[in-house]
Amino acid sequence: MENFSPFVLPFVLGSIALLVICLYKYVRWIRQFDRLQQKTLLKNIFSIKFLPAIGEMFRECLLHIRISKKNWRLGYMHRSIAFGWFLLIFVGAIESRIGTKGHFHYWVAIFYRYFHQVPPENHTAWVFTQLMDLLLLYVLSGVFLAFVKKIKSKLLGMNRATKHTLMDKAIRYSLWGIFPLRLLSESVSATLYHNGGFLTQTIGNLFSTNVASFLEMPFWTLYSIDLCVFFVLLPFTRYMHIFTEVFLIYFRKVGLREHTKMTGFTKFELSSCSRCGMCIDACPLYKDLGITDVQSVYLLRNLRNLEHHKDIIAAGKNCLICHRCAEECPVNIDLMNIRRISRDKGDLDIVNSYKYLQKVQSFNAIGRVAYFGGCMSHLTPGITESMQTIFKAVGQKYWFMDEDKSICCGRPLLQQGFNNQAAELRRKNTDLIVSSGAQMLITSCPICYTSFKKEYKLSIPVLHHTEYINMLIEKGMLKVKKSDLKVTYHDPCELGRGCGIYQEPRKVLEAVANLMKTKNEKENSLCCGMNLGNTVISLEQQTTIRNAALDNLTAPGPDVIATACPMCKKAFKHGTTANVKDIAEIVVENLEKNA
Amino acid sequence: MADFGFSIAKTRSVKLSDTDMSKYRQLLELVPSFKRCISCGGCTASCSARQFTDFNIRKTHCYFRRGQYDKLEQELQKCMLCGKCTLVCPRGVNLRSLIINMRQILTNTNEIIG
Repeated sequence: MENFSPFVLPFVLGSIALLVICLYKYVRWIRQFDRLQQKTLLKNIFSIKFLPAIGEMFRECLLHIRISKKNWRLGYMHRSIAFGWFLLIFVGAIESRIGTKGHFHYWVAIFYRYFHQVPPENHTAWVFTQLMDLLLLYVLSGVFLAFVKKIKSKLLGMNRATKHTLMDKAIRYSLWGIFPLRLLSESVSATLYHNGGFLTQTIGNLFSTNVASFLEMPFWTLYSIDLCVFFVLLPFTRYMHIFTEVFLIYFRKVGLREHTKMTGFTKFELSSCSRCGMCIDACPLYKDLGITDVQSVYLLRNLRNLEHHKDIIAAGKNCLICHRCAEECPVNIDLMNIRRISRDKGDLDIVNSYKYLQKVQSFNAIGRVAYFGGCMSHLTPGITESMQTIFKAVGQKYWFMDEDKSICCGRPLLQQGFNNQAAELRRKNTDLIVSSGAQMLITSCPICYTSFKKEYKLSIPVLHHTEYINMLIEKGMLKVKKSDLKVTYHDPCELGRGCGIYQEPRKVLEAVANLMKTKNEKENSLCCGMNLGNTVISLEQQTTIRNAALDNLTAPGPDVIATACPMCKKAFKHGTTANVKDIAEIVVENLEKNA
Repeated sequence: MADFGFSIAKTRSVKLSDTDMSKYRQLLELVPSFKRCISCGGCTASCSARQFTDFNIRKTHCYFRRGQYDKLEQELQKCMLCGKCTLVCPRGVNLRSLIINMRQILTNTNEIIG
């Protein structure tokens, strides 16, 4: 057979195995989608929403734009290997298609320098030869950086890299082997046939013809075997993300979302994790407490392999749900949701736990706004009093929903994996709000806000009080004066990273005071440590996390530390002699008296 | 029993020597901060569920501490996990963790989540 040599067999068999295993896995996962996800997929499978997905696939799977924005050195490393290898295959396929004039087997593109045993015949062939060498050099530079990262990850801007399993280590070395082996194989072929480019020919000229003819077959065989090892290990290791991310981007673009239980969609998310370890550096549990085995990367790995049942549970529950890792994740995996799924309480999650709430009556609030302080705001009465002062100042009639008896919004239960119990509370609150006829819901607690905004399906607008105050000031309904107070603002996790509310609180603060910048703000703001998400760490550990956040806030030397969350306020208040106030309180202090 | 000159009604007495304290010990391992509890009742005073029904978290964990586990699980289901108790606790007991773990131990002693 023309264009065949036994050494291509490992590669051919490996690539077939890869294709079969991947197809099997993907089909199985798609069949595990729940009813709603299948319906959405079928409805949108050929919709126009697919088009922006192609762009994102190109940007994220090949160019790694998001990771480059966070850390350009890591970005270069990923891009050179992913995009470089893609081009190597793509350009190689074109080159061999032209060069073989139809006698084409798909392995020829991979082992072209072995099968095409003549120097470049014309200009086109010469250009391709040089281009292929350039691309190989590009990939090799990425492999070199990956090697440097392995030795000293700090050089690439990572404090701590992921601790990989044996399989992940094995496939990493096989990946690193592929390109040097290709370089050597092509070089010895260049010695014999003078068909190399600027790189392979230069190296090839170092060999004598005897040595080269002796080494040629072993090198090409090793290269083929290494590819085979990589292909066969790929579906069972982290490199599964290479193909899975493409699917995940498509599914997200056509509108698929994860639900409360684990479905096939989660399987796609789990396999899209490349275990890059960006989540580790971001995690406050690592940064402030030195805990290194509970981060999202490990949780996802254990969930995917369904091994170490105890580790899944331990890693799952030790998390602040501060969204730092989700913000940092270059694949944008919904890490908080996966963490919640890992906390599913199963038998413990009992239906009809809150029969005692049946007696709670609604209120006729037509023409009023509903104000939901939230459980935590009852422990910081300054916030609820300020909000009532503001309602009165603008002449807004309001209904203080939970003035003396507060029903929880259900999010704390949901975060701990009690889905049914949380749903029961949501139903009760929805009933109360809908039957009251209120025109708007305002809440002072970011946890409740997230819940009402994302988990309830309310038809009325839901506003956090900072949004509401900002709206009043912009409309000119609330007259405030600018004081010469210097403030720093703490972005609460749920309000900022959770709901993307960064601007409104800042606008309000700028209207009443002088806002100072801090080192870690907006997406990078630090957690106050009191987040309800974590039930494992001790009070002392929470204090350590809080102090780190406080240091960041007090560094510019403000008169007042402002927050928009009763929990953060409470946390900071215990830890500093400085003034800690909610935005609503600062606004009330600076109301125009004659208005 | 030695005669101290007074007696206790049988229904109100707990014989610690005959009580199964293993669940309590298990709880202490999972929630070490519970050792610090002084039963002050701050948790009950702040409780959201308490405002609607006769759920008493202090009573519940006191019973647990004495090894009286009857009907505690049904009682604990009334908790909404809002976390006010954890925030007001003067001794820094992680009450939310305590409640989840108590429920877990009472329902299924083989597998501890929470």
